[in-house]
Amino acid sequence: MSIGFRLAWRNLWRRKRRTWLTVGAMVFSNILLVFMISLQVGMYAMMISNTLRAQTAHLQVQAPGYKDDFKIRQVVPAIETLAAEIRQGLETDQVAARAGAFALASSADRSYGIQITGVEPEYEARVSSLPGQIQEGRFLGDMMAPEIVIGSTLARNLKVGVGDELTILGSGRDGSMAAAVVGIVGVFESGMPDLDRGFAEVPLGYFQDTFTMEGAGHAIAILAPSLMQVGAFQTRVEGLLPPNADLAVHDWDALLPGLKQAIQADFASAWFMYAILIVLVAFSVLNTQLMSVLERTKEFGIIMSLGVTPRRLGRLVLLETALMGFVGLLLGMALGAVLILWLHQHGFSYPGMEEMAGKFNLPSRIYPELSVVGLFVGPTIVLFSSVVAALYPALRLRWMEPVQAMRAA
Amino acid sequence: MGSWRITLRFAWRNLWRNHRRTLIMLAAIVVGTWAMIFMTALMRGMVDEMVQDGVSVLPGHVQIHHPDYRDDPTVVNRIAPPTGDLLEVLNRPEVVAWTTRVRVPAVISSERDTRGVTLIGTDPEGEQAISFVADDLVEGRFLESRHDKGVVVGRKLVERLETDLGKRVVIMSQDGENEIADRGFRIVGIFESKLDQYEEGFVFAAEGTVQELLGMGDEISEIAILGTDYRNVEDLDRMVAQAAGPEMEVLPWQELDAYLGSMLAVMDGFVFVWIVVVFLALSFGLVNTLVMAVFERVREIGLMLALGMTPKNILSQVVLESILLLAIGLAFGNLLAWASIEPLKDGIDVSVVGEGMEYFGAASVLYPALYLKDIILANVTVIVLGFLASLSPAWRASRYDPVEAITKV
Repeated sequence: MSIGFRLAWRNLWRRKRRTWLTVGAMVFSNILLVFMISLQVGMYAMMISNTLRAQTAHLQVQAPGYKDDFKIRQVVPAIETLAAEIRQGLETDQVAARAGAFALASSADRSYGIQITGVEPEYEARVSSLPGQIQEGRFLGDMMAPEIVIGSTLARNLKVGVGDELTILGSGRDGSMAAAVVGIVGVFESGMPDLDRGFAEVPLGYFQDTFTMEGAGHAIAILAPSLMQVGAFQTRVEGLLPPNADLAVHDWDALLPGLKQAIQADFASAWFMYAILIVLVAFSVLNTQLMSVLERTKEFGIIMSLGVTPRRLGRLVLLETALMGFVGLLLGMALGAVLILWLHQHGFSYPGMEEMAGKFNLPSRIYPELSVVGLFVGPTIVLFSSVVAALYPALRLRWMEPVQAMRAA
Repeated sequence: MGSWRITLRFAWRNLWRNHRRTLIMLAAIVVGTWAMIFMTALMRGMVDEMVQDGVSVLPGHVQIHHPDYRDDPTVVNRIAPPTGDLLEVLNRPEVVAWTTRVRVPAVISSERDTRGVTLIGTDPEGEQAISFVADDLVEGRFLESRHDKGVVVGRKLVERLETDLGKRVVIMSQDGENEIADRGFRIVGIFESKLDQYEEGFVFAAEGTVQELLGMGDEISEIAILGTDYRNVEDLDRMVAQAAGPEMEVLPWQELDAYLGSMLAVMDGFVFVWIVVVFLALSFGLVNTLVMAVFERVREIGLMLALGMTPKNILSQVVLESILLLAIGLAFGNLLAWASIEPLKDGIDVSVVGEGMEYFGAASVLYPALYLKDIILANVTVIVLGFLASLSPAWRASRYDPVEAITKV
C-alpha cells in the first residue's frame, strides 16, 4: 500500500463524525438515485414494450402518408404476398399483414363506432400481444371466416358475448357501402382502455372481401428480435421491397412519436431533480474538504517545508475525497440494491398511481429490476462530482506559503 | 430580553468567523431552496394547465347523468331536463353556468372517409359559458340556436375526412329504439384545440336537432355545471346531489376523469416529498457545518460556561446560528426562484416533445405556477427540520464540562 494512500485513509478518519456525515450525504443520494433510476429504466422499458407489443410492433411497411391520415385508399397492394416475401427474406415469422377501417358495429341493443383491423390469424400472435389476451372464447382461425374478436369494454357496451352476432357497417375502399354480419368468437382484455373500448379484429381475407380491398392491405407489422436491432431490420426490410413500389418503412418512433417524447420529457424533468441532488452533495463535500484543508494549514506547512510539493499535497486531498466517495458509492450501491431487491419482491406503488398507470400502459404495481445502469450511473456521477468539488481546496494548496502556513494559529 | 440580544449577536458574529464555510453552506441552501420552489412551480403549472384544459373541454365541474350512463354512454340512458328543485339550485349564485347536453357515440362520414366520434348536442347559449369550443373557433361560426342544422368539428377531423367548411357530412348514431338513425349536416364551424385528441374526437351539433334525430323528445344525456373554483367542488357537488335526488348520478370532475383527478392529488404529495428530499440532502451539510463550528470552539464554549453562561444560552446560540444561516439562505433562495420564474411567466415552449406532453395530457407550452402555499411549505419545512437537525450539535455543545473543555488542546 503506497504511503499516499495510507496517509489519505488515516486522514479521513481523524474526524470520524465529519467524514461519516459527508459519506452519509453521499449514501443518501446514492440510494435515492439507484432507486429512482432503476424505477425509471424499468418503467420506460415496460412502457415501450407493452405499447409496441399491443399493436404497433417495431416496424411497419405502409403506403406513404398512411401513418398520418389512415385513409382506406392508402394501400399496400398484394399484401399477403409481400408479407410472405419479407418473412422469407428476414427468416423470421414475426411479420404480419393487416388492413384497417372505421365502421359502425351494431348488436341487437347498441351501436358503436369502432376500428376494425383485418389480420392474418396465423401470424398476428407473433407480433402482437392481443391474441394472447383473449379472456373468453378463442382467437380467429380461418382466413375467410366471418368471425370477429372484440375488446372487453366494447363487448360490455354492446351487451354481447361469445356466440352473438354483430352487424358491421362502413365504407369500402372504392367508397361503396361495406356491410357484413359476423359472429363473435372471442373477447380480449388488453388493459389498454382505447383498445378494449373501440377495437376489433377480423380475418384479413374476410376483411378484404367486405371492404373491397382487392388483395390489398394497409400495413405489414414486423417485430425485430430486440429494440437494438430495429435500425438494422429497417434497412433489410427496405431492401426487400419491390424496387418500384411506392412504400415506406416506418420504425416505432415514427409511428408513435408521442411515446419517445413522453419518455424524453419525463427523463428531462427527472434529471433536473437528480442534478440538484448531486450539486447539493458536491457542496457538502466542498465544505468538508475545505475545512479539512484549512484546519491542517500548520501541518501542511511543515510537510511542505520538508520538501513535499504542493502538487503532491493536492493529490492527497483529492485521494481523500475519492476514498470518501468510494465508501459512499459502495454503501449507497449496496443499500440501494437491497432496496431494489426488496421492491422486486414486494412491488412499488403510491396512492393515485393506479389511475395514472393505465394511461401509460403500465401495471398499477411496479416491480423494479436490478440493472447495471440503474445501479452504477447515479453513484458514479456522485463520486465523480465529489472529486470535482474537491478540486478547489486541493488547488488552494498551490498558493500556500510554507513559512506563513507553519506560523498559522 | 437583554440576554436574547446578546445571544443573537453572538450567533451572528460566530456565523461570519469562517465566512468561506458559511458562504458555501449558504450557496447550498440557496440552490436547494431555488430547486424546491422552481421545480414545484413547473410541475404545478403543468398540472394546473392540464386540469383547466380538461375541465374546460367538457366536463364542467360537476355533472349529472343517468346512473348507468357512465358505463353505457348511449341514448338509452337519458334523463329529463331539470325542473323544480334542481332547476332552482342550478340558478343559484354558486353556479356560474350550466348547460344540458346530448352526448352519444356516433360515426361521421364524408364522401372520402369515415370516423368514430362523440356527438355532442349542445344548447349553444349554455355551452359557450362552459366549454372551450366557442372560443377556439377558427373558421365559420358556432351553432346559433337549439335547432341549428349545422355541425362544428375540429380542424384535425376536417383533415382526416378531407372535407371543409360548408361541405356536408353524414352522422350516424343509434336512436331510442335501437335503430340506426342518420342525417346529413353542413359543417358551419371549425375549432382548434390544444390537444389533437379533442379536435379529432368531438363533433358539436344543436341539441334540438340531435334530440329530433334520435327521437328522444326533450330528454338529455347530461347536465354540466360550472362552479366558481375547480379545486373546491365538494359543496357544489353536495348541493346539486341533494336537489337531483337518488335517481340521478351527480359526480365531480375528479371522479369523471380519474386520471386528472389523481394527477392533482398526486401533485400535492409529490411537492412535499420533493421538498423533504432536497432538505435531507442539505441537512447533512448543515449538521456537518454546525458540528465543525462547535468543535473548533470547544475551549471558548468551556470558558463561557466557566464565566457563568448557562447551557441553555449555549444551546440557543448554536441553534440560532443555524436558523440565521437557513433564514439568509431561504431569503436568497426565494428571491432567486422568483427572479427565475418571473421571466418565464409567458410560458416555456416545450413543443420539441409536444406529442410526448400530449401523452401526459398536457399542452406544449408550460406556464410555471408559483403558489404562496408551496412557498410557505418549502420555507416552513426548511426552518422546522433545520431547527430539529441543529438540536443535536447544539445539545452536545451545551453539555460540555467547563473544566475539561477549557483544558482541551
